[in-house]
Amino acid sequence: MLRLVNGAQTVGNGWPFWMSFLAVLAGALVYPMFADSYDVGNFAYFLIWVFMAMGLCLMWGYCGMLSFGQTFFFGIAGYSYGVLAIVLGGGTMTVLALVLAVVLAGLSALVLGYFMIWGRVGGVFFGIVTLSATLVLAFFLGQTAGPEWAIGEARLNGFNGMKGMDPLNIPWFDDETLYFEGASLYYLAIALIVVVYLGLRILLNSRFGNVIVAIREDPQRAELLGYDVRKYQLITFIVGSSLAGLSGVLYTSWGQFITPGSIGLPAAAMPIVWVAFSGRGDITATLVGSFLILYAFQTITVYSQQAALVLMGGMLLATVMIAPQGFVIGIARTIGRLFRGRGAGNATSSNTGS
Amino acid sequence: MAELLQTTALSKTFGGLAAVSGVDLSVTEGEIHCLIGPNGAGKSTLFKLIIGTYPPTAGHIKFRGENVTEERPYQRVKRGMSIKMQTPSVFKELPVRQNLHIALQHHVTKAELAREEERLLTLLDLAADAAKPAGVLSHGQQQWLEIGMALALKPKLMLMDEPTAGMSPEETFRTGELIQQLNGLGMTILVVEHDMAFVRQIAQRVTVLHFGKVFARGSIKEILADERVAEIYLGKTHEHL
Repeated sequence: MLRLVNGAQTVGNGWPFWMSFLAVLAGALVYPMFADSYDVGNFAYFLIWVFMAMGLCLMWGYCGMLSFGQTFFFGIAGYSYGVLAIVLGGGTMTVLALVLAVVLAGLSALVLGYFMIWGRVGGVFFGIVTLSATLVLAFFLGQTAGPEWAIGEARLNGFNGMKGMDPLNIPWFDDETLYFEGASLYYLAIALIVVVYLGLRILLNSRFGNVIVAIREDPQRAELLGYDVRKYQLITFIVGSSLAGLSGVLYTSWGQFITPGSIGLPAAAMPIVWVAFSGRGDITATLVGSFLILYAFQTITVYSQQAALVLMGGMLLATVMIAPQGFVIGIARTIGRLFRGRGAGNATSSNTGS
Repeated sequence: MAELLQTTALSKTFGGLAAVSGVDLSVTEGEIHCLIGPNGAGKSTLFKLIIGTYPPTAGHIKFRGENVTEERPYQRVKRGMSIKMQTPSVFKELPVRQNLHIALQHHVTKAELAREEERLLTLLDLAADAAKPAGVLSHGQQQWLEIGMALALKPKLMLMDEPTAGMSPEETFRTGELIQQLNGLGMTILVVEHDMAFVRQIAQRVTVLHFGKVFARGSIKEILADERVAEIYLGKTHEHL
């Protein structure tokens, strides 16, 4: 198992890293037993966004595609979940709504990605086209206030957003229903993050991961080694965008509402800041960094939303000017070097293979 | 020997400019074939047509008997072409070993990967630099690494666009020796080159391009003895060739 999740594409491949990982996971699992339920709910909210950040890290950091469209797929899946949860009658059908909503986000990525990648849209234009799609969706949803904008019982409600969908829930013991809210949503998010994080590490350290990194470095050389670059880019785009879709579903389920505001320009810029600041070149840095930024952002927002936005802008500027590879990954690499320095005496091999 | 690569009436125009015009070229299995010509003769354009970077305006390309004119570069590579570009095209942020790993991973089994990496690192004299990012290697070393990545594909036909560009005379000579060594193992090689000393070192057959057309073809001896080639090539007498 460790051979699959470790490799050249990820920082943290030795036992100190995995011991730390288990310690953090154990801490996260016992946290709700000691913390205030309000704080647990807040933490669940932060964790919901991490999928979107990891998806962007995969596309941008590993494959070189800067997508401004994470909130586009977030919105597609979030609204789809809302509509499906209402149309399917709620209750335990919300699980089916979750699956279908994420699949719809993936299909949207397939269509948009196909036209962009096969149409040779690359570099900065990739960001411009995805941002355009995001803005179009946000503006479209903003003008759906009228009663004609409804799918079955599900009203889209324009800028006010749609509401009234059930949160995710599953049948539980003694004919009870388990609603994923508060601590249960927190545990669901933790479980999904562990699965997605380990899954992405396996993917990144596989042959597939080697190829997408090669595409980031030099797409022409990658093609001249016999790889159909377009297919690898499209698959990466679908996986990364579907993760944004998963965030969208969990967000809608968490608050039982979704508005166009969670798709538009300020929202679309946020994942870029999280991933850039954390370090787009590593999935662990993105996971940890995004969570910390979200925590800091909300803590400051309590006092002043404007101050929090200024902080985000400042962090992006600082990243570009001081640490273009990202702050969290820089710190992680420094710690890694310290560990390697200590263990240099008995280290006989480095883990750079895949 | 069978023909490995054949172009028929291959043409490419950019606007009103005919960069390549009706070129018939054939590369026979097992030979080192050099494509030479003065600046602007259409060598690089013809090279890009052969590897699939440019679609031709007219004509067709056959490789191992199959028409590959419409195929993309990666499809041609899968059929057995391997390509070394003029400027070093390596994955600069990645370690040297990983560069070779990426080139090898779809062509050898997992068990053979490490052994093949070592073999290539030794062949290219890059073993001491295996863990370094490719971007910190010297220009010549990057050229060699790219040749190694192209070799990793175990090609039927190796295509090289000015493989010694930017190399020192010593590196150039060693590259010539490597090409002859590979040819000795049965590899067919097509080289686009303008360094005549290098061409003399390696070439068995030569095709001369001029204004996008085939101007002359023959053995290296025949080409060197051809007064017309000397005149169009550098506008000088053939002693300069």
